[in-house]
Amino acid sequence: MQALTTKGITKRYGTHTALEGVDITVPTQSIYGLLGPNGAGKTTLIRIINQIINADEGDIMVFGEKLTPRHVEVIGYLPEERGLYKRLKVGEQLLYLAQLKGLSRSEALNRIRTWLDRFQIRDWAQKKVEDLSKGMAQKVQFISTVLHEPRLIILDEPFSGFDPVNAELITQEILRLKENGSTIIFSTHRMETVESLCDQIALINKSKKILEGSKKEVKQQFKTNSYRVEHRGAFQLQTGNYHVVKQKPLEEDHFESTIKMEDNSSPNLLLQELINRTEVFRFEQHLPTMSEIFIRLVKAEGDEALLKHLQES
Amino acid sequence: MNKVWLIIQREFLNRVQKKSFLITTILVPLIFPAIIGGLVFFMVKEAESAKPDVVEVLDETGRFQFEDTRRFTIVNVSGPIEVAKKAYQMTKHFGLLHIPATDINNPTGITFYSRESQSIEKISELKRTINDKVKDFKMEQYNVDKETLKSIRSTDVGIAEISLSDSGEEKSSNTGILYGTGMALGILIYMFVLIYGIQIMQGVIDEKTSKVVEVIVSSVKPFQLMLGKIVGIASVGLVQFLIWIILITTVTSSVLGYFGMKMPQQQAMEQVTKNMDEETAQDVMKQAPTTPQSPEFLNNLSQIPFVKVALIFLFYFLGGYLLYGALFAAVGSAVDSIQESQQFQFPITLPLLIGYMGLFMFVLRDPHGTVSFWLSIIPFTSPVAMVGRIAYEVPLWQLLLSMALLILGFILTTWIAGRIYRVGILMTGTKVNYKVLVKWFLQKN
Repeated sequence: MQALTTKGITKRYGTHTALEGVDITVPTQSIYGLLGPNGAGKTTLIRIINQIINADEGDIMVFGEKLTPRHVEVIGYLPEERGLYKRLKVGEQLLYLAQLKGLSRSEALNRIRTWLDRFQIRDWAQKKVEDLSKGMAQKVQFISTVLHEPRLIILDEPFSGFDPVNAELITQEILRLKENGSTIIFSTHRMETVESLCDQIALINKSKKILEGSKKEVKQQFKTNSYRVEHRGAFQLQTGNYHVVKQKPLEEDHFESTIKMEDNSSPNLLLQELINRTEVFRFEQHLPTMSEIFIRLVKAEGDEALLKHLQES
Repeated sequence: MNKVWLIIQREFLNRVQKKSFLITTILVPLIFPAIIGGLVFFMVKEAESAKPDVVEVLDETGRFQFEDTRRFTIVNVSGPIEVAKKAYQMTKHFGLLHIPATDINNPTGITFYSRESQSIEKISELKRTINDKVKDFKMEQYNVDKETLKSIRSTDVGIAEISLSDSGEEKSSNTGILYGTGMALGILIYMFVLIYGIQIMQGVIDEKTSKVVEVIVSSVKPFQLMLGKIVGIASVGLVQFLIWIILITTVTSSVLGYFGMKMPQQQAMEQVTKNMDEETAQDVMKQAPTTPQSPEFLNNLSQIPFVKVALIFLFYFLGGYLLYGALFAAVGSAVDSIQESQQFQFPITLPLLIGYMGLFMFVLRDPHGTVSFWLSIIPFTSPVAMVGRIAYEVPLWQLLLSMALLILGFILTTWIAGRIYRVGILMTGTKVNYKVLVKWFLQKN
């Protein structure tokens, strides 16, 4: 069963199209990365899934059921713009938010205690949010997102604004929640976060989904059949089957070469070729990073302005 | 529904648990009697300690013989005026009144010299004294004797007011009490709507700027949040109001009791009972055949059907608040700060202000006039205007029409506000004008 599927989600604001025919499929118990530059439509899609706004067209299924208002209880949402009631005490705040998600008072109080202990912040329960540091408030906000043990957790840009210590804490929590059976969707415009954390990814650009799949599939799909070799001493290799695309010196007399291979060859043959010419320390298939894939896709669409922005960042 | 209830509770507790709520709720009933008591104290003190002003009179006709009054001590001086003026300047006397040799039936050229410009009150009292004298001269010319004169002077006609209902039932009425009731109720509604409406707006702006709103609307519909907030704040208002009434009544009566005085109502009632002699008692009986035993004042109070007035007041109190509260919520959702809200607040407070000014200019002066009628029918002004009228007999059909329109009115404003609110709360940093508001309103859900 899929945790979430959307079909043909379209949202227009006047003449501006925020989303156009977006289909995504999020497998249960996966970490799903929703990637794309700012303004691509990620937040709009997330708000639609959270029923904060309605789509103009399209259907959404959550754990095999059509999305309805009662599903707010199985979804946990951390918006990009974080916020809590400043004048409210941490404990009251968490209780209120949990009750709005349908938890009973006693159940909520129990879980608040557990979570405050887990994050070792039990003393904060009586503090007002306005007296907390930014990092402390972020922890409280994260707890409020997962307190009702949602099966589907949606985090909009979860790592922006978190300090490195908290970001690591959140990463560990995300992995733990996944182990316990939750499905996590998070959006980001920073491609490097995806590499380590995601099982599944979707790329959204200019209101359309342009790519979706498991991280492995996507990388295979975009592999360029090139290999990275660390070796001693420079060499030339420009045969019919192999081209050295790039050769850069490492320390001492070590070099790293990127070699592109034609389809009618194989890694073993390339290795044999290399052994004759140099001493090989490392040999690996070079898979593209998400941001390389993304840049390639954008290049194909000819979006010059965006391309420039991506390459600079 | 359960979630709206949670929001109502939260909004209520947020405000009631604040120190400022406790302080205002307790201090206001203490401060008001203190201020009023203080003012009365100084007024009495001043009245007691005030010495009469000395007025020098140079009367060249020789006919005016002023007596000392509570305010003025008369000193007759001799002329000519130039000498008198010089002499006056040597003294510390209040002023110099010069009456030249003139026709006493139609005196001209009367002048009052004084060091500073004097209060209207004192000058008009002086004028009245002179006028009375001139009237006396004229009366004397027509051979009216002193006794008759005194009796003419002391005439003071009272008018018994009786309102005749459609069924022919007679009720004695006292316009003063009705006026006071109408004014007090109208002002209360105006203040309540304005103060708590702005609290709603502030609350919405706080939620929006702290960004907590997005978390909340992922759990509840924006409309539920808006409704919960409006009702929650209304309950704060009602509770505060109730506490004030109880506290003010207790504090005032105990303070007055301490000084051996009675509550104004009690005092007045006892006054009436004590002063009533046989004759007036019979008058009252004639005036008010329906309740022959009760003294007039009690009768006047009882002519206001308290339960009915209280219920109607409560209806307009809440109706007006809900009508405007929703609009204040919409304004709060559209802006990022209280400063920005000014431009949108104006068109909301304007009809409220029209109702308020209409209360004084039309409703209280002429409760059954055309303008008063319309002010009390149109939902935007009716909460203030209708409670101004209810103490007077308002035809039932008008009351029902006005109530029905008010209900329709607040459903309409809540609907409009809800549509703006659901878009507005998620929009930060947008430059908002009326065109944008219309766009939000029309936007599909």
